[in-house]
Amino acid sequence: MKPAVFSYLRPTNLQEALMFLEEYGEDAKILSGGQSLIPTMNMRLSAPAYLIDISRISDLNYIKLDGDFLAVGALTKHKDIENSDLVKEACPLLSEAIRWVGHAQIRNRGTVGGSIAHGDPSAELPCVLTALRGEIVIANVDGSEEVLVPEEFFLTYMLTSLQPDQMVKEVRFPIIPKESGSAFLELARRHGDFGLAEVAAVVDIDDEGHLLNVKIAVGGVNPTPTALEQVEEYLIGKKLTDEVLRQVSDLTQESVDPESDLHGTAEYRRELAGTLTVRALKIAVERARGGNNNVQ
Amino acid sequence: MSNKVQVAVFVNGKKVQKKVEPRLLLTDFIREECNLTGTHLGCEHGVCGACTILVDNEPVRSCLMFAVQADGCDIQTVESLNSVDGPLNVLQQSFSDNHALQCGFCTPGFLMTLTHFLIDNENPTENEIREAISGNLCRCTGYANIIKAVQQAAQILQKEKSNSSVVSAQ
Ligand SMILES: Cc1cc2nc3c(=O)[nH]c(=O)nc-3n(C[C@H](O)[C@H](O)[C@H](O)COP(=O)(O)OP(=O)(O)OC[C@H]3O[C@@H](n4cnc5c(N)ncnc54)[C@H](O)[C@@H]3O)c2cc1C
Ligand code: FES
Ligand code: FES
Repeated sequence: MKPAVFSYLRPTNLQEALMFLEEYGEDAKILSGGQSLIPTMNMRLSAPAYLIDISRISDLNYIKLDGDFLAVGALTKHKDIENSDLVKEACPLLSEAIRWVGHAQIRNRGTVGGSIAHGDPSAELPCVLTALRGEIVIANVDGSEEVLVPEEFFLTYMLTSLQPDQMVKEVRFPIIPKESGSAFLELARRHGDFGLAEVAAVVDIDDEGHLLNVKIAVGGVNPTPTALEQVEEYLIGKKLTDEVLRQVSDLTQESVDPESDLHGTAEYRRELAGTLTVRALKIAVERARGGNNNVQ
Repeated sequence: MSNKVQVAVFVNGKKVQKKVEPRLLLTDFIREECNLTGTHLGCEHGVCGACTILVDNEPVRSCLMFAVQADGCDIQTVESLNSVDGPLNVLQQSFSDNHALQCGFCTPGFLMTLTHFLIDNENPTENEIREAISGNLCRCTGYANIIKAVQQAAQILQKEKSNSSVVSAQ
């Protein structure tokens, strides 16, 4: 297994990268952490004529607060998210989810922009971004920018709206208020493998435990990560009683259409989505109640 | 087609400078250009961990990097753990003592992953060890002996450290 021949380009700033994209866009691929692209090249599932290695563009590697958002540069590595106190504070859901992304060796190289651009429906970051209704900042070759929401960006299995001459520049995760509770749950055959199903949830509750606000998304069970809008609406004003949770599980299972593969049947994954959604909600509410959304 | 690029890296402390094809994987660079065959290729797509090395002191899959991406980096392979004829280092000896390898194909990857792990985790729990090696596959040992080896190595390293701090305090 060896990759096909390609020419290697290493821009040192965003502008140069965009220039290369303008010139070679159709025949080129962006190389970021390489943790998804290089396997496909090794298997010759992908054979770009040009690789534009953006990994040395240093000003795209940052995590910072920006208004209501935690803004993360496309080249920020998974391990930087994992080790960031700022992320733990501002978006504990992301801290919790990142540990499910591959193994430590993968997280040492893989990037946030790469994970979003890759568009894998069972990837954790797209699921978190979808739940939170975050934003994806895209750079065009003419220097202009576009901001897309996950629904517009993730089109289907491994396909995003990204054009050959566009680049993901920043990913914006809404800050989670201190009084909210959040939870990320996943089931994988082995920790670090792609999940069979995963759920990201954020809730606000009143003093009696009624839900005021719910944001929830599932991954790995549809062609794109999916916000469970029906569940979100249904839950407003309710407490998590057994009956309500049964209904949540049913609604979740109606909202997903998983496929069977080596690791699990469609039926199993559907049920799993329901079960994980119920569990994630319980944990999120518990964390909101404790006024302690700290992720261990 | 000659689109070769210049790559300069430090491998186990020695500077290596070569002109290579951009598509040359870092593993092949290490094995074929540097003649260091301790780094193994199992799956070549990031799943097995046999090719794990340290790049700038962090464990990475060398099959998921092109050599050209490592330009300017500091690389450590399993050969850096002891000298050719010298004794095994603590971790290697613990692997040997505990039968933590059978065929040994996966061992270099485990050793490099764990070398880094033991720096930050002086007294790891079994769960932490299991989590640390979750990115490395072994088809022979069933992992139990690998975990024992890590526990033994951690104990010895801790003892060595406290001894040396006693010495330096005197
Ligand atoms: C064994 C293994 C297990 C893994 N498990 C998981 C897992 O459980 N969950 C998970 O989420 N991921 C997993 N991954 C993938 C990993 O998270 C990758 O790091 C991530 O998907 C892609 O990031 P990257 O920086 O490596 O991107 P690359 O591999 O460099 O690129 C991926 C794709 O995105 C494009 N791209 C990259 N950056 C940009 C950009 N800024 N703008 C536009 N296009 C861009 C590339 O052209 C390419 O098509 C796993 C990988 C391996 C090898
Ligand atoms: S050979 Fe690199 S992970 Fe298997
Ligand atoms: S000892 Fe044979 S694969 Fe691990």
